[in-house]
Amino acid sequence: MSTKLDVYRFDPETDQDPSRKQYEVDLPEYGTVLEGLLEVRDAQDGTLSMRCSCRSAICGSCSMKINGQSRLACKTLISQIEHEGETITVDPMGNMPVIKDLVVDMDSFWDKMKTVGPYLKPEGPEPERENLVSNDSMMRLAVAMNCIMCGACVSDCTVLEVDKSFLGPAALAKAFRFAADPRDGHTEERLKSYVEPSGIWDCTRCNMCVQACPKDVEPMERIMDMRVMAIESGLTDSRGARHVEGFSNSVKHSGLLDEFALARKTFGFPKWGFELAPFGIRRLLRRRLPPIIHKGISTAKRVTRIFERLGV
Amino acid sequence: MRYAFWPGCVSRGGTPELYPAVTAVAAKVGMELVELDQANCTGAGVLGERNDELVDTLNARNFAIAEQQGLDTLLTICSTCQGVMSSVNYKLRERPEYLAKINENLRAEGLEYKGTVRVTHMMWAIVEEMGLDELKTMVVNPLHGIKVAPFYGCYVLRPRYVLGFDEHPDRGQYLEKIVETLGAEPIDYEGKWRCCGFPIMTINESNGLRMVANHTQAAKDKGAHIMVTPCPLCHISLDEFQPKASNAAGRPINMPVLHLPQMIGSALGFNVKEMGLKRHIISTEPFIQMSGVSRG
Repeated sequence: MSTKLDVYRFDPETDQDPSRKQYEVDLPEYGTVLEGLLEVRDAQDGTLSMRCSCRSAICGSCSMKINGQSRLACKTLISQIEHEGETITVDPMGNMPVIKDLVVDMDSFWDKMKTVGPYLKPEGPEPERENLVSNDSMMRLAVAMNCIMCGACVSDCTVLEVDKSFLGPAALAKAFRFAADPRDGHTEERLKSYVEPSGIWDCTRCNMCVQACPKDVEPMERIMDMRVMAIESGLTDSRGARHVEGFSNSVKHSGLLDEFALARKTFGFPKWGFELAPFGIRRLLRRRLPPIIHKGISTAKRVTRIFERLGV
Repeated sequence: MRYAFWPGCVSRGGTPELYPAVTAVAAKVGMELVELDQANCTGAGVLGERNDELVDTLNARNFAIAEQQGLDTLLTICSTCQGVMSSVNYKLRERPEYLAKINENLRAEGLEYKGTVRVTHMMWAIVEEMGLDELKTMVVNPLHGIKVAPFYGCYVLRPRYVLGFDEHPDRGQYLEKIVETLGAEPIDYEGKWRCCGFPIMTINESNGLRMVANHTQAAKDKGAHIMVTPCPLCHISLDEFQPKASNAAGRPINMPVLHLPQMIGSALGFNVKEMGLKRHIISTEPFIQMSGVSRG
């Protein structure tokens, strides 16, 4: 079938600004976007640059933005995205500088990956035989181990768009893979470094990475797993952890969220007063103050019992 | 149609203008909302950072309460609540053995979730159950000439596999469709499907403010007169934090942000007071003047 591709083009050696070029290719019904691009390069325009290798969604080379969303070009069937529009737009990954056309500079991706210590650091004497690890532990890690480091999650990360220092979904999912490994001996030390600024508490939970990941690693969920681990290991001296604690207490005792109490807990005393005063005054002027006296549900005790039963 | 209704905390707390606007619009369009007054907070994504099983149990409790009242569709006006409820419901309905475990946690409270509840957002219900043709017949004050920048918020968009996008692949276009139905003109801009910054506003405010400034400025650059959102948390971020974001970015923005029910209500003949249009931080006066909505 005939497929139209609208492709980002930029060659820093000859172009001042990026441009777009349109191509039309003939593909079988089960054709992929990568096959379309290869057809362009082989038969129409040999100057088009891209990365690709295995064509089987294993190597992680051909990640790019297809119709605005980061995906593996080799895993994206034309038929799958037909409903998104007549012409398929193809752009290089985001949050990384473009080298040429669809090829980006992934140095920052690899640098951040190295920062989290992406290897096992066992403690104590070397074991005499293989480590025995429970099935449940490995199943928990297996999700994160599926990562093929294609960069799709980093490309779509909304925090990286405003803050290049954020470690990002790929590095943090890798951090989880080792922090949660029972054979690792440095979990506490790892978590201490991941709760630092630019780490796990800076994720905005937008689910972009969950949507983009072609291997169901769900990087955001791995970051949330580490937030749970950090709180459970006593790393509670951060706004993020205090926010969770305040939220949890409020729901536990009233069934609902008490926004005032949450602000007090998150910002700490007396800072919350200074931080929130300008907002309070503006709200007062607009008759927009939330209820100052918090009213919970009348069956709040039942909610409290559920929290207690689950040890929270 | 009759719905179990969960308004979420923010519609009466952080954005108190939303709840009356929703109930007024729902009554007008014939949605019967049966409020679940004993339902608990969904956890808003935050409780999941403490304990997933707790979140699943608390939401199953709400679903069970809806079932007890003979209601099979749970409607919310908060995208975040909707996102959490849809995720939990997906998990419970896909994994019967896990549902049984969660029901063990509920047994002492005399509750059991049978797995029959469907979760929806008011925006989805208007398009899918009521229909845009029906909505169009109710428009008495068409919003001609108003350019509207839709802002969806993350939890009505992602992750698609838990949100019913297989069945309804164009849910990412509903705001535009509603805007057109009301006589206004939707504009496309970078940022409409991105994050508003709310979840990190208390943790890393400067990053959150950059997101607010980027989106409101992008909407303004494309000629939008207002933004509209179906998510109260996005509203807090884009409206309440806009002055601070504007200061941090060093440029005036002044982009009015309406809740979706406020925009619908304005076209259906409600007045400024009924829709709470004077209660925003960024003045909605340009919208009030352009739309000719009655000042009441």
